[in-house]
Amino acid sequence: MSLSLAISLTLLLYALAMAVGVLRVLRGPRAQDRVLALDFLYIVGMLMMLVLAIRCDSEMYFEGALLMVLLGFVGSLALAKFLLRGEVIE
Amino acid sequence: MNPASLAEAVVATLLLGSGVIVLIAALGLLRLPDFFLRMHAPALASTLGAWLATFASIVHFSHRGQGVALHVWLIIIVLSITAPVTTMVLARAALFRRRASDGAAQPGAGG
Repeated sequence: MSLSLAISLTLLLYALAMAVGVLRVLRGPRAQDRVLALDFLYIVGMLMMLVLAIRCDSEMYFEGALLMVLLGFVGSLALAKFLLRGEVIE
Repeated sequence: MNPASLAEAVVATLLLGSGVIVLIAALGLLRLPDFFLRMHAPALASTLGAWLATFASIVHFSHRGQGVALHVWLIIIVLSITAPVTTMVLARAALFRRRASDGAAQPGAGG
């Protein structure tokens, strides 16, 4: 019982962190702030998936989490390389 | 305390620690004044937050199933390879953009 309570509380904390990250995406003064916040959102989503794996007692979420790490990496890298090309698009 | 409730307590503690760490990282991402200061905050989530959540997952599935469920460790490994690369490329992009935007006005003030 205490475990399910802790899982719910952790999911709540993650959701709060994601809301703050979305605030940074919306507010970010420049494009790199938004890319950083999107990368952070990917990581928190992956952590949320790990916690859901514990909650549902299923190891299937693990593959999803691993895939999320890789997709977040590729996405952030692509966006950062796009910013490196020099054309300022704000 | 029997082993089952002990494992549950350990998992709950690790998860709550991870949640608090990730929330601290998010607040740092929101409140720090400069982009290069702000870059430090998400590293907290991708190192300590991910470590704690992964340890919770390992303890839980090792306690549930047979043997030690170490495959969740892969997430830490992949994350610790990819997170510094993302940070470095993003920092270089930010430096480049800052130089490109105000480098013409004050040429000596690079970096």
